[in-house]
Amino acid sequence: MDEGIVWLTIFVLSVFVGIEVISKVSSTLHTPLMSGANAIHGVILLGAVLVTGTTDSTLALVVGLVAIVLATVNMVGGFVVTDRMLQMFTRKKPAPRKGADV
Amino acid sequence: MLSIQTAVSAAYVVAALLFILALAGLSRHDTAKAGNTFGILGMGVALAATIAVVVDDGAQASGLVLLAAAIAVGAAIGLWRARVVEMTGMPELIALLHSFIGAAAVMVGWNRYLHVEAHPDGPAARALDAIGLLGIHAAEVSISVFIGAVTLSGSIVAFLKLSARIKPSPMMLPGKNVLNIGALLTFAALTAWFVLAPSLWMLIIITALALVLGWHLVASIGGGDMPVVVSMLNSYSGWAAAALGFLLRNDLLIIVGALVGSSGAFLSYIMCKGMNRSFISVIAGGFGMEAPTTTSGGQDEGEHRQIQAEEAARILAGASTVIITPGYGMAVAQAQYPVAELTARLRAKGINVRFGIHPVAGRLPGHMNVLLAEAKVPYDIVLEMDEINHDFPTTDVVLVIGANDTVNPAAAEDPTSPIAGMPVLEVWNARDVIVFKRSMATGYAGVQNPLFYRDNTHMLFGDAKNMVEEIAQALEPVRS
Repeated sequence: MDEGIVWLTIFVLSVFVGIEVISKVSSTLHTPLMSGANAIHGVILLGAVLVTGTTDSTLALVVGLVAIVLATVNMVGGFVVTDRMLQMFTRKKPAPRKGADV
Repeated sequence: MLSIQTAVSAAYVVAALLFILALAGLSRHDTAKAGNTFGILGMGVALAATIAVVVDDGAQASGLVLLAAAIAVGAAIGLWRARVVEMTGMPELIALLHSFIGAAAVMVGWNRYLHVEAHPDGPAARALDAIGLLGIHAAEVSISVFIGAVTLSGSIVAFLKLSARIKPSPMMLPGKNVLNIGALLTFAALTAWFVLAPSLWMLIIITALALVLGWHLVASIGGGDMPVVVSMLNSYSGWAAAALGFLLRNDLLIIVGALVGSSGAFLSYIMCKGMNRSFISVIAGGFGMEAPTTTSGGQDEGEHRQIQAEEAARILAGASTVIITPGYGMAVAQAQYPVAELTARLRAKGINVRFGIHPVAGRLPGHMNVLLAEAKVPYDIVLEMDEINHDFPTTDVVLVIGANDTVNPAAAEDPTSPIAGMPVLEVWNARDVIVFKRSMATGYAGVQNPLFYRDNTHMLFGDAKNMVEEIAQALEPVRS
């Protein structure tokens, strides 16, 4: 299956990219990173939207809609919480030295 | 037709890049906020493109309204929860959100079954059968549902443990490794069966099996390992998204799922290294498994010395270097603001105050850093264990606030201790150690702490927040 191989390749490459980009993480940022990653798994929302948009049975529709709600809670909640945490880290930057502009 | 597909593919590439930038950004201080923004942008692009696909597929207007409504409801709930959550409750919230991902993955898997395999003569099943992919589709449904359900129940147990709704001690079923492996083998067999003869009850059994496995997996991990568990579940939900990507033939889901899955796994690995434990041994069972209240009676426990807040303030006032090592107790007592206040007052007196953060202090990696940041403690005085451990011998006073297992000398000195070999903050090398504690109870890992009986240790019993406030008040007059 050609297409399958392509996907598998993409998958494997993404695994390495995932490790590479966070390998230097400072442990101070573990929690925001985790909640940011958590928000990013919100992409599962795309899957839920795709299947729900093309479904025809009522049961499948209901199941899909519930999935959409859960995925959106996760995504929005994750981003907002991450933002709140980062706000705390950056607000403090002025204290050590001059006004930060992040 | 073609143009829409091409545009969507292009949008997905852009979104994937944005997500990579998001993760990379989030792992550094100066780019963290930008990273989060990249994530939001990526999600916006991806969502817009996906809705374009759905519209292009000829979705009904009523269906689109339902989609929009579901997204609005989810967004409102997410916004509300994220706004009201206390920083101390962050571990629970993250665990809970992971369970949502798991649930969503299960539901999407079920939806696909109902859409395809439930109607073997339907157009969707026929189309797949024609290209010989029907069996693969069934296997993918099974795998997605399985990973999703393990994440779901595992996250719920983690949530319950973190919020102290159930006991954090590990559940010890006899032969639990055999149980776990047996469940995996059963799953493989069930999947094979499901591919040959898909049926609804089969999917129900697979879901139930996965739920039980996830529950057992996390229930049998001790409280001391919770930070690793949360990070591991983070990784699982990434794999669940990737499995869905294969199921739905959606390359963005595959990319992002793999990205988050692998970075989560790597984060768990970093944490395990911080605790000097192998990933396998964390999965195979937690701290405190052989150390309930009965053990460690043979130690020279002796007497502990108790002091009051004024006495503690006096000791602090006479110090020139102070290190504070916070733990989960500080979070529970909401003591981060008084601690920040105390720090400010000590620093105003010219005392060198620093913080030593154990990699797994709290219930989430980096949790203490977030709390101290919330209370506006400058982060250049918040140091990691490796940076500060060699400074303890030259330190006058160490304040241990709500930490226990992470400052336990038994880890370094007693090879029979359940936490032997775990790197700890060597606070006992300081001249004086003041331990803030509610009582003489053991820590989260259920291990006795000989630190409390050392000659240079002073126990300060009571609510950490009140005690820190009292000390801060007692300090004020000294300054004037």
